[in-house]
Amino acid sequence: MNIRRCGDQALLVDVGDTGGIDAVLGLYSALSDPRPDGVTELVPAARTLLVRFDPAVIGAGELAELLAGTEPVPAQAMRGELVEIPVYYDGADLAEVGKHTGLGADGVVEMHTAAEYTVAFGGFAPGFGYLTGLHPKLHLPRRATPRTHVPAGAVAIAGEFTGIYPRSSPGGWQLVGRTEVPLWDPARRPPALLRPGTRIRFREVR
Amino acid sequence: MIEVVRPGPLTTVQDLGRPGLAALGVGRSGAADRRSAALANRLVGNLDGAAVLETTFGGLVLRFRQVARVVVTGAPCPIRRGSRGEAMNAPFTVWPGEELTLGAPTSGLRTYLAVRGGIGVDKVLESRSTDLLAGLGPAALSEGDVLPIGTDECGPLPSVEVAPVPDPAGFALTVRVMPGPRDDWFTPEALKTFSTATYEVTSESNRVGVRLTGPALERSREGELLSEGMVPGAIQVPPSGLPLVFLADHPVTGGYPVIGVVLTDDLPVMAQARPGQTVSFRLVPADLPAAA
Repeated sequence: MNIRRCGDQALLVDVGDTGGIDAVLGLYSALSDPRPDGVTELVPAARTLLVRFDPAVIGAGELAELLAGTEPVPAQAMRGELVEIPVYYDGADLAEVGKHTGLGADGVVEMHTAAEYTVAFGGFAPGFGYLTGLHPKLHLPRRATPRTHVPAGAVAIAGEFTGIYPRSSPGGWQLVGRTEVPLWDPARRPPALLRPGTRIRFREVR
Repeated sequence: MIEVVRPGPLTTVQDLGRPGLAALGVGRSGAADRRSAALANRLVGNLDGAAVLETTFGGLVLRFRQVARVVVTGAPCPIRRGSRGEAMNAPFTVWPGEELTLGAPTSGLRTYLAVRGGIGVDKVLESRSTDLLAGLGPAALSEGDVLPIGTDECGPLPSVEVAPVPDPAGFALTVRVMPGPRDDWFTPEALKTFSTATYEVTSESNRVGVRLTGPALERSREGELLSEGMVPGAIQVPPSGLPLVFLADHPVTGGYPVIGVVLTDDLPVMAQARPGQTVSFRLVPADLPAAA
């Protein structure tokens, strides 16, 4: 674990490749409920946790010591809420993904619905979650040319992640299906259905 | 109520934003120049969290349907109330039916208008701020919009007639930068260039960030950084080598290395930097004990 300065009001904890996403989530869980005094924001990402703080409450050195001494919650103890997402597997890239992986469209659906996923982090748009747990056979690059319009609810894969577009936006992920489950509602508390640590299963509907 | 006669190039409602939601993909947003916004609120006796109007490059015309105590701060601009002139940083009263016009600023970029009681538009996730990147909060103002004056809790009116505030610098800007977290992605020459060269603000700049042109900063390593959390003031360097300084509506995470971060106290300077102005970066030591 490597702690770096990120301006005068944040530290960036880099867990490195050995720790990976589990270590980030473990640290995020250990710090988020409740947040230590003076910590204003926690931003988990693939290998890092950004910790923003109020220097009037806690100093950078003191916070660095606290972070270095924080025991990450072990992955198996971090079983967040399980959400089932019904999906129509009729995405524009499904046939292509089936061809590319050699699994065929049905094989892709079978593999995508077989796994349990965990929201590792957000960031692309309000309510978007990067889900880990995708079978390595489905690890595919993004599309060479991103689409200018991906509809809300599109279920997609890219690299080691799968995810759902919470609203229509441009996007370069491979579209395999769509869901009607509302992922983002500013009037709901919390507004995002998928939050770091939430577990997900996809179920095929026709 | 306040009627928007002309919104100017860009006017948004801003308060202190939405802290604490970044893990859900929601950035903080809020006033770009938080110091000017806070001063505006203080001068009309509002609490810090009251919503103000942030107008970029002036051109804002409002018609008041009720009496209001207001003040204008930030980038200094000509202020007309009906046929009368008013001064910056000096609270005044607008009477029902009067038009208030904010002209183009003579220096700086963003002018703030606070109304006692706050701008009373509906909150989204506890804030009235418009986040242009995430598409949250009220839309940018357009002609014919009607804004309620809020009934936020107020303090006493301060006895100040004019707050002594230096205008934003007219030309060469200098901001202090703490190196890292990814300064090790750059060659020693790039770090030297970064701290000695002069960059120019381009017209591609907005509330997301200030885009700069000048000498490109060369990386010392290949490959891509995995996306990581970003802060306001983070200076990202994309493959072009030209730095970009994040402002209030920055993305929650980003995948380009951050060479340094502008100190919080100097962020208002960046928020007031207008296209064509020059910026130089002065490095200050990162005061963290070496390794933890």
